[in-house]
Amino acid sequence: MHPVFGVLFDGLAYGMLLFLMSVGLSVTLGMMNFVNLAHCSFAMLGGYVAITLMNAFGWPFLATLPAAFVAAAAASVVLERIFFRRFYRASDLEQCLLTIGIVFVSIAIAAYIYGTDQQPMQPPVYLRGSINFFGLDLAVYRLFLIAVALVITAALMVTVETTRFGAQVRAAVNNQRMARGLGINVDGLFAVTFALGSGLAGLGGALAIAMLGLDPQFALTYLIYVLIVVSVGGLGSIFGSFAAAMLLGISDIAGKYYVPAIGAFLIYLVMIVLLMWRPTGLFGRR
Amino acid sequence: MASESIAAPVRPVQYLQAQLRWQWGEIAFWLATLLPFVVAPSYLVLASQIAITALFALSLDLILGFSGIVSLGHAAYFGVGAYTAGLISAKLGFGEPLTGLLAAAVAAGIFGYLTSFIIARFRHLALIMITLGIGLVLQEAFNTAGFITGGFDGLQGIHTWPIFGKFHFDLYGYTAYAYSLAALFVIFLVARRIIHSPFGLALRGIRENNSRMPAIGAPTRTHIRTIYTIAAIIAGVAGAILAETTETVSLEALGFQRSADVLVMLILGGTGRLYGGLIGAAVYMVARDQFSGLNPQYWYFWIGLLLIAVVMALPNGILGGLAHFARRMQAKP
Repeated sequence: MHPVFGVLFDGLAYGMLLFLMSVGLSVTLGMMNFVNLAHCSFAMLGGYVAITLMNAFGWPFLATLPAAFVAAAAASVVLERIFFRRFYRASDLEQCLLTIGIVFVSIAIAAYIYGTDQQPMQPPVYLRGSINFFGLDLAVYRLFLIAVALVITAALMVTVETTRFGAQVRAAVNNQRMARGLGINVDGLFAVTFALGSGLAGLGGALAIAMLGLDPQFALTYLIYVLIVVSVGGLGSIFGSFAAAMLLGISDIAGKYYVPAIGAFLIYLVMIVLLMWRPTGLFGRR
Repeated sequence: MASESIAAPVRPVQYLQAQLRWQWGEIAFWLATLLPFVVAPSYLVLASQIAITALFALSLDLILGFSGIVSLGHAAYFGVGAYTAGLISAKLGFGEPLTGLLAAAVAAGIFGYLTSFIIARFRHLALIMITLGIGLVLQEAFNTAGFITGGFDGLQGIHTWPIFGKFHFDLYGYTAYAYSLAALFVIFLVARRIIHSPFGLALRGIRENNSRMPAIGAPTRTHIRTIYTIAAIIAGVAGAILAETTETVSLEALGFQRSADVLVMLILGGTGRLYGGLIGAAVYMVARDQFSGLNPQYWYFWIGLLLIAVVMALPNGILGGLAHFARRMQAKP
């Protein structure tokens, strides 16, 4: 079959990872306007928790995924209590500086404990190899990744669209002050959303190791991709993040495959052009 | 953000003139910059690096501290200036330093003017992302154009002629420091004049409230484009001096790390105070020199902690903290 399907498939898997790692940031940014550059540090934490449990404690791969989620969520709650909540009304510059400081510290801690090398990671036997689908070799791990991400996306969509919690989140994203006026506890809501989003990032980080690798620079390298997804997708829009992550994943893989000479900065150009066309993102309203 | 407080209502012209008057602290500061020649001649190379970085931080202060434009890609203009001066020397064989500065200023200015049309349209997150994107695109472009720029290995074969055909760049950095310091001082005077002009006042207005300024008839986008171009020119000159004094240029000159570092220095010193970037650069570079034995990974641990501490405890930087302290001392007796 034509190689274009292979590129689409890989791009899709990559986009799913980006979506998992960015959706939390999109919702919290939309709700509180808090620029959290440390979001990818939570993803990195999830990755390191998963790899430690697997290599040092012999946990099965699937069991490490919820652990990565819980660890990242717990760490985010602690940081939110100590640092972030004092800065909700600060300028975006101060928020940037605080969180980039946290990124630097997290990178140094990871380098101190694990060294600067890539972490070795073998997916379990049943997720290795590939299956042949109409003449196209599909890597099993990437299929698994797409399936997990789709399930989570569906769960998120249903939660946000149909539950009381989801309705409150939507209200707070749309108009924070009005939501407060209606008696919604926006601060509590934000804390829960923040923990959930960071947990998802941790899960994304754990899933990403087998595809993207894991070293201390992870927190900075993928931060840029995550920010692109969030700003292109539009703040607070789950569907926007999903669409932007797919667009970015596919165009990045396709760019590196078809035009390797400029592949590396194709995505930055795509981002600049999209933002110039719609400064609030594809699906953003503000 | 720092905010000036005016005790009694004064006429704007008088206020600006009062700001322009030289104070003893400022004169003492500039006299102190001459000290390395006498006190620490073995550190002149470091001193010249500090002067270059201070100039770069000053250019960021003009847009960030005075106009409220947060940029994560300011090293792009530094790099354009560095590569322009380097290429003229390495490829054309013309190493006259002042011509190199001029060419770098023009190149960085043109690039700054073109990108300022994009910059002026955005605020907040989109602005941060756009500046980051411009920096990354440029770095990739210079990496890809390896046949001209030397790519990942850096630009080789720069040779800088003596200044005015007389003053050779020596190994100890006498000429290099004198040259960088002179450039810093001259450009500082220009920046000081700009900031204490009606135009500078309008910039502070834009920083404080971007939506009300058009209402009093200020063309905010034109102002932003102007100051952004000026800042790009200054950053380009700083890059050119670095290329000329070290006779190498690498991709690191326009990397994200440099943009982040200069932001840290400026915040550390204090934004919107002209001297903040200068003091921040000196403190940061001296500290890095002292801890140079440290693995860079761990150096960033302390930088990260420092950033968190500055934002939590000293939101206006070292100078802001000192000013606060001085006010408290004055209020007591």
